[in-house]
Amino acid sequence: MSEPTVADTRRLHSKPQDLTDAYGPPSNFLEIDVYDPQTVGVGRTRYTTYEVRMRTNLPIFKLKDSCVRRRYSDFEWLKNELERDSKIVVPPLPGKALKRLLPFRGDEGIFEESFIEERRVGLEQFINRIAGHPLAQNERCLHMFLQEEGIDRNYIPGKHSVFTHCCLSTCCNHVCN
Amino acid sequence: MSFFGFGQSADIDIVLNDAETRKKAEHKGEDGKKEKYFLFYDGETVSGKVNVTLKNPGKRLEHSGIKIEFVGQIELYYDRGNHHEFVSLVKDLARPGEMTQSQTFDFDFTHVEKPYETYSGANVKLRYFLRATVGRRLNDITKELDIVVHTLSSYPEINSSIKMEVGIEDCLHIEFEYNKSKYHLKDVIVGKIYFLLVRIKIRHMEIDIIKRETTGTGPNVYHENETIAKYEIMDGAPVRGESIPIRLFLAGYEMTPTMKDVNKKYSVRYYLNLVLIDEEERRYFKQQEITLWRKGDVVRKSMSQQAAIASQRFEGTDPPLRTPHCSAV
Repeated sequence: MSEPTVADTRRLHSKPQDLTDAYGPPSNFLEIDVYDPQTVGVGRTRYTTYEVRMRTNLPIFKLKDSCVRRRYSDFEWLKNELERDSKIVVPPLPGKALKRLLPFRGDEGIFEESFIEERRVGLEQFINRIAGHPLAQNERCLHMFLQEEGIDRNYIPGKHSVFTHCCLSTCCNHVCN
Repeated sequence: MSFFGFGQSADIDIVLNDAETRKKAEHKGEDGKKEKYFLFYDGETVSGKVNVTLKNPGKRLEHSGIKIEFVGQIELYYDRGNHHEFVSLVKDLARPGEMTQSQTFDFDFTHVEKPYETYSGANVKLRYFLRATVGRRLNDITKELDIVVHTLSSYPEINSSIKMEVGIEDCLHIEFEYNKSKYHLKDVIVGKIYFLLVRIKIRHMEIDIIKRETTGTGPNVYHENETIAKYEIMDGAPVRGESIPIRLFLAGYEMTPTMKDVNKKYSVRYYLNLVLIDEEERRYFKQQEITLWRKGDVVRKSMSQQAAIASQRFEGTDPPLRTPHCSAV
C-alpha cells in the first residue's frame, strides 16, 4: 500500500495499442474536393458547374469514392435543407455576388476567372465543414447532394438510416454544437 | 456627538491573545483583493482583549454598555439587507456608565463552533468576525475584526475511481478514467482517455475545472459557473487504441472545498469537463463532478521513511529490505 501523504502520480495502466491501429489508415478519412469549374449553356442561361469528388472510409456513406457535378444553387439548396431539418449551425456559403449579375460591367461578371476561383474555394470549405458534422451526416439531403447523380427537389426529407448499429449500450451523454 | 470637536469619542482595537503564534491565511475579498486574516478551525477558542482608547483625554465618555460579539453570517448579494447569522455569541464587557480613561477588556469565547468554511463568491459570502461595540444614544462606536475559518476533513474511507464509456454512436467512443472521485486541494488528478472509435477529425483535447456556485432555493435557484482551469492534454489527432494520460496538479489553482447546501443557502461544487475539439471547431464534452476537500497540514515523515516511499514509487514495488551487492563486470 503506498503512503497516502505522497501524491502518487504514476500513469494508470492502459492496454498497449495494436500496431495495425497505430499505423493503419485512420477511421476518420473524409476528403471532398471541389474543382474543375465548367461553364455550361449559352448567352443569358449560362451557369458554372463544379466537380464535387468525395473520398472517405466512413461507413455512413454508401460510396467510398463518388463524383458528381453541382452548381451554386445546388449548394444553396443543401444549406436551406440543413438549416430547416437539422439542429446544426450551418456555415456560410460564399456570397451570391448579385452585383456581378448586373449588365454593363467591364469584366466577365460571374464568369470572371478570379471570382470563380474565390467561389470554388468557398464552396470547398463549406462542403467539407458540413460533411464532417455527425448530425449533418444523418440527413438524407447531404447524401443525395454528395453521392447521387442529380438532386431531386421533390424528395422526401428524412434521416439517413445507419446500417452499422452501435453495440455499446452504455454510450451516452453527447453534446454537439 | 463628535462634530465641532465637542463631546468625546473613542477608538476601539481588538487584539487576539495568540496573535503572535496563530497562523494567517490569505483570502480574496468581494473586491478581489487578497488579504491575510487569522486562521481558525472549528472548536477553537477565540480570546483576546478589547482596547477602548479615548480620543480626548480628560473628557468623559458616556455609553450605554460595551460588548463584544462573535458572529458567523451568510450574505446573499441580491439580498444585502438580510444577513443570515448562523453563529451569534455575545459577551458583555461593561454595564452602561461612564469611562473617564482608556480601558482594556478581556474576552473569551470558549470552544466556538464554526461549522462552515469562510467563503467569498460571486453571489454570496460567508464570514466570521468579532465585533466590539460601545453603545451610545445616537451612534454606536463599533470595530470589526474578520477571521478566516477552514474546515478540515480526513482521508475519505471510500474513494472509488471514476470510469465511464461515452460517445456519439458510430462517430466517437471514448473511455475516460480518473483515479479518484474525491481529491484534496493539493492533490493530483491522475487519469487517462482511451479512444475506442474515432470517426471525426479531432484537433485537440483539454480538461477544464469548472466551479459552480448555486444560490437560492426552489424556483429562484441561480447557478454561476466559472472555469477555474483549462489544461490541454492532447494536441493532434488520435486514432483507435490510443491512450492519453492525464496528470493535473490542483495546488496551482484557487479552489475551495466542495460545499453542499451551506445552511440551506448555497452550494459550491466542482466539475471536470473533458472537451474534445475537432478541426471545424466543434466541441464534444463530458462533465463529471468531483468532490474537493481540505487536508490538514501533515507532520513531516523521517528521512528514511521518505526515501523508502520514493523508491517504492519509482520501481512500483515494495522497498527492498537490503540492496543486493553488485560487482562490476
